[in-house]
Amino acid sequence: MEEKLTLFKNRKRFGIEKNIDIIFKNTALVLSSFVAIILLGIILVVFFQSFESFSRYGLKFLVTSEWNPVKDEYGAFTAIYGTFVTSFLSLLITIPLGVGTAIFITEDFVPKVFREIIGSFVELLAAIPSVVLGLWAIFVMEPFFRAFFVFLHNFFGWIPLFSTEPTGRNSLLAILILVVMLLPIVTSIARDSLNQVPKKLRNASYGIGASRWKTIFSVILPAALSGIMAGVLLALGRAMGETMAVTMIIGNSNAFSWSLLSPGYTISSMLANQFGEADGSQVSSLFYAAFVLMILSLVVNILAQWLVKKFSLKY
Amino acid sequence: MNSLYYQKRLSRNIGDKFFTSLSVICALIAILPLIFLVTYILYKGGSQITPELFTLEPNPPGDDLDAGGINPALIGTLIITTIASIIAIPVGVGGGIYLAEYSKGGAFSRFIRFGVNVLAGVPSIIAGVFIYALIVSTKILFGSMYSGLAGGMALSILMLPTVIKTTDEGLKLVPNELRYASLGIGASMYTTILKVTLPSAFRSIATGVVLGIARAAGETAPLIFTALFSYYYITGFGDLFYEMGSLAVLIYNFALEPYDAQNKLAWAASFILVLSILSVNIFSRILAAFTEKTKRV
Repeated sequence: MEEKLTLFKNRKRFGIEKNIDIIFKNTALVLSSFVAIILLGIILVVFFQSFESFSRYGLKFLVTSEWNPVKDEYGAFTAIYGTFVTSFLSLLITIPLGVGTAIFITEDFVPKVFREIIGSFVELLAAIPSVVLGLWAIFVMEPFFRAFFVFLHNFFGWIPLFSTEPTGRNSLLAILILVVMLLPIVTSIARDSLNQVPKKLRNASYGIGASRWKTIFSVILPAALSGIMAGVLLALGRAMGETMAVTMIIGNSNAFSWSLLSPGYTISSMLANQFGEADGSQVSSLFYAAFVLMILSLVVNILAQWLVKKFSLKY
Repeated sequence: MNSLYYQKRLSRNIGDKFFTSLSVICALIAILPLIFLVTYILYKGGSQITPELFTLEPNPPGDDLDAGGINPALIGTLIITTIASIIAIPVGVGGGIYLAEYSKGGAFSRFIRFGVNVLAGVPSIIAGVFIYALIVSTKILFGSMYSGLAGGMALSILMLPTVIKTTDEGLKLVPNELRYASLGIGASMYTTILKVTLPSAFRSIATGVVLGIARAAGETAPLIFTALFSYYYITGFGDLFYEMGSLAVLIYNFALEPYDAQNKLAWAASFILVLSILSVNIFSRILAAFTEKTKRV
């Protein structure tokens, strides 16, 4: 007590204490600006490393699919196409499944205990490392789907997407493992945004005689749409950048093919596969591909943040 | 009179039944493979666990049936994640303190918060590419190329956004009265932060940081061309500057080997990785639920 009183009376701080205060604040300021430095550093470093390839091939790099270290000719079209196809098609499967599951665990079809168990289980799955998913895909998923792929080729072979004989590792398997990976993300974000819809909206809708699903489709889903959209965009960014599981199962071939049943490539799997052994202008071309990937994921992420900010305060 | 009772055949009731079953089917399709996945990993990996696994070096892939153990990879994962934490936690907590305690919502702090979200979305392989260009290819670390240290740095880039975000959000939840009280009895700003606000937000920050570490421990993409892989025991401090194995990269390398012995080692490593990550997650979830309950009282 005595000590505290003297502290209180001592209104002028010691110089050293003031200095510590200022140093502390500025240290925190510097540490927080590290984020910006790292982000800019990544963009600049990757851009300057890709400069040689960029000035040599220009935008032609994006539309040619020759990748030949012997002849020193590089074009990343196969990988870029693969990145888009795998991420968009996997999202196409994930969105209905994920949103459907989210509706199932936010409505009262089963008792609350079960719904909470399912919800936290799905969230836990987002923590499983992707390399483990890749291992699982190689040894469990691939044999499981083999017969199905043969069936797809035999009956739907006239569609370009299924026009080749299925190979052991192919783009369709990569899409399926991406679905497993994105499901937890989409489901948990959709669940959160469905839960945030105010209860009175639901009550009002029931009050004027709407049925449960009329309420879900016309009131709840539109109100939660911005959150769900942001979650979908985040998942899209994740799918584009996902490396390990895809690299392990996609087959890694730079030969371009429309068919999903043949081996493919994505930008990130190309990086994972070739970066270690590359030299000369191949390194620069790989950096160029990395730069493309980074720009794509930056655009998707910024779009997601903008969407959240723009629509989140509506209700 | 009939219209007061529930009528099965009414189109709206049929439609409701239809969509309800559709959502149940969605949930089943989504959840069953996930349950199967977890149990399969735990079963298949768990059956490969032997005591030698934790003490031996892995044998280089070949025809021999004995694949050895995963000791170097296990230790390597611990070391690389520790390096990443040593870099990311001080920087992240410091940055979070600035955002939550000092910034007044101006352009700078908005830009940093935006940057944190963008950095969180940067593909993990890009972090590896960045560190490769900055550290591995320039041999800036005393002439060593691939090293555990470089791997740790790449992982720290992935941990940083999580740490900043949890610190920022944890500190924002601390009631302002505590700050006023502390400043009111004459404490300076840094004493207030270090002795009052940080300790009372400690649990939520710690939970977030631990989850971030768990996520980083399973990352593979940033390590495959920064830390690379090693078959040999880690014997001393100097090994930090050489190639270092990790569980994640071991799984990647050995899953692609054509030999059964190596594949089994990959399953065992996945078991250890998944079990530790899941238990950290479950433990911190229980802790968070417990904290919430005590707060309400």
